[in-house]
Amino acid sequence: MRILVVEDDIEAQRYLVQGLKESGHVVDEAADGDLGLSLALSRPYDIAIVDRMLPKLDGLNVVAEMREHGNTTPVLFLSALSEVDERVKGLKAGGDDYLTKPYAFVELLARIDALMRRRTPAGVKTQLQVGDLELDLLTRAATRSGQEIELQPREFRLLEYLMRHAGQVVTRTMLLESVWEYHFDPQTNVIDVHISRLRAKIDKGFEMPLLHTVRGAGYMIRSAAA
Amino acid sequence: MRGGLPGAEAFRALLGHFKAMPGGFRLLRTQAFRIVLIYVALFAVSVTALLAFTYWNTRRTMDAQADQIIEAEITGLSEQYQRLGWQGLYQIVTERGQHGGSALYILADGEHRPITGNLTRWPAVTADPGNYVEFDYERTVSSGLETRRARGQILRLEGDNFYLLVAEDVSDRITTQHLFTTTLPWTVGLILVLGLLGGLLMSQNMLRRLDAINRTSGEIIAGDLTRRVPVNGSADEFDVLAENLNRMLDRIERLMKGLREVTDSVAHDLRTPLNRLRNRLEESVARLTAQGGGAGEIERAIAETDKLIATFNALLLIAETDAGTGRSQMTVLELNGVAGDVAELYEPLAEEKGIVLKLQRGPGAQIEGNRSLVAQALANLVDNAIKYTPPDGKVTISVAQTPEGVVLAVADTGPGIPSQDRSRVVERFVRLEASRNSPGTGLGLSLVAAVAHYHGTQLVLADNAPGLKASLTFPKVSKVVPIRPAMTATKSAAE
Repeated sequence: MRILVVEDDIEAQRYLVQGLKESGHVVDEAADGDLGLSLALSRPYDIAIVDRMLPKLDGLNVVAEMREHGNTTPVLFLSALSEVDERVKGLKAGGDDYLTKPYAFVELLARIDALMRRRTPAGVKTQLQVGDLELDLLTRAATRSGQEIELQPREFRLLEYLMRHAGQVVTRTMLLESVWEYHFDPQTNVIDVHISRLRAKIDKGFEMPLLHTVRGAGYMIRSAAA
Repeated sequence: MRGGLPGAEAFRALLGHFKAMPGGFRLLRTQAFRIVLIYVALFAVSVTALLAFTYWNTRRTMDAQADQIIEAEITGLSEQYQRLGWQGLYQIVTERGQHGGSALYILADGEHRPITGNLTRWPAVTADPGNYVEFDYERTVSSGLETRRARGQILRLEGDNFYLLVAEDVSDRITTQHLFTTTLPWTVGLILVLGLLGGLLMSQNMLRRLDAINRTSGEIIAGDLTRRVPVNGSADEFDVLAENLNRMLDRIERLMKGLREVTDSVAHDLRTPLNRLRNRLEESVARLTAQGGGAGEIERAIAETDKLIATFNALLLIAETDAGTGRSQMTVLELNGVAGDVAELYEPLAEEKGIVLKLQRGPGAQIEGNRSLVAQALANLVDNAIKYTPPDGKVTISVAQTPEGVVLAVADTGPGIPSQDRSRVVERFVRLEASRNSPGTGLGLSLVAAVAHYHGTQLVLADNAPGLKASLTFPKVSKVVPIRPAMTATKSAAE
């Protein structure tokens, strides 16, 4: 993937660029808003990672300008400002996601994956499938190997999110934000208990485990590839 | 004391008024009242002594005066008798008797039969010559006969066996004395009553001033360090006390602010290096795993680093909330929705621990608030409740409408928090002895308190008998007061 990184802190920029390159992406970087904007408008990118606080042109304005020019590149904001209002401001300006510094790199990767997945026009899906697990989004029914699985509404949404990001790492924070729509750090791993309940329902008694824990990062649903 | 029944009526009325006064019977226990009581008592005793002395002295003098007159008369008449004999005495007594005035004379024979004088009859007294006697007699006045009192001396005439009685009318004197003796108790009573009333008024005033100080102290103790004791500008002892207290509070507030700022900037400055540390550790793990080696130690190090980062994040969130910025993000919030979400989030965890998690909704619980902060605060409370409640316990989240506002509460059946620790636990990093070994940063309740303050209310910790009940009473939508950040300039407002 082609990624644009607009970050003025050199050390952070270097780290980010290196990490992304090592993950297999092609990366362009800019250290101020003006350069960042011109790059964004002149080359096609799959995703742009933009810091809020930039010299010459503020991150919010960069994205606002991009949108005004009809540029729909998904944008992930990075910011040291963690207040919820700042997050909303970022999203309103045209950003697609918002990550507060400091962040775990795995979190960044997971969110980038999620954003890019969002981008691919998959049409309106009515069904999701991973291995022999099927999720019917219209009837709100889950089946595995033909057997129907009883899921509570929240469990269904949890599974749906995981399956929409099948093969990608989904962090606890992402789950909290998307499935429960809350942005905070629960003190204990309350999400883990929901996951283990879900796992008990969809994996227990079946041969192949689909719901995996990625240590230090989060969870992933995938069928073991050959 | 004269008065009897009417006095009792008045007393009952007074008692009723007294009960209705602000302060009520507390006034009787104040120092001010005691001082007044002692003073009034001393004053009353002094006045009584003074008046009694005056009365006694006056009476003695008046008696002495009257007796002198009588003595003089008797002596004079005796001399007359010596010089002029019985005839002379008879003449004089008759003359003086016709004189009128207050002097009374009677000359009688050996059988006390009156011979002359202005008394028609020998009074019924013991004839005790040389000593004073008192008797009643009758005098003709316009309306009829009047009984009056007289005091006199009897002279026995030697040789001739006659009795002479010389007396003074003392009725007026006795009336005056009588007036004195009846007025005195009333006077003392009036002094006592007026003194007591004055004392009550004074102690009421003092009580009011002290109550203001106590009330403000209570609010400060409950956590609001911005309160100041009201100063009413009269520069008296209470004002001096109030101003000193306020200055003390200013200092405390500054110290606490300084302490908070240090903690917050430390957190801020350490977050970034911590995160870089974490990222580098992740890189090492990735590299080692790729090389086929074990990275267990480093993964554990990452977990510890995560805990550190969580602590700093929480600290910073508390600092930001305390600073009260971002007021624009207050929206109309339906508390039942938030409570439902949090309940649903924690339900599996509760079930795993064998705890019953219950949600009690209340109708129309709308407040003006920040959804994210309220959810986080509620989550912290529920998290704590579940953490500290033993299996088979119960945790109840409730939303209720009360006259004071909308109450959001979390009640558990755990060990609770001892009342002396309740104000302490809200401080940053405070963990009670009993929970030192369970996971947690010691910041959970600090955040709840900060969120409460942000919304114009405060966190109240109470006994759930057994267990803890933590509640936040949000003001009704129309009554939300503009937020004052926790550390603003102090005002000595009279509220």
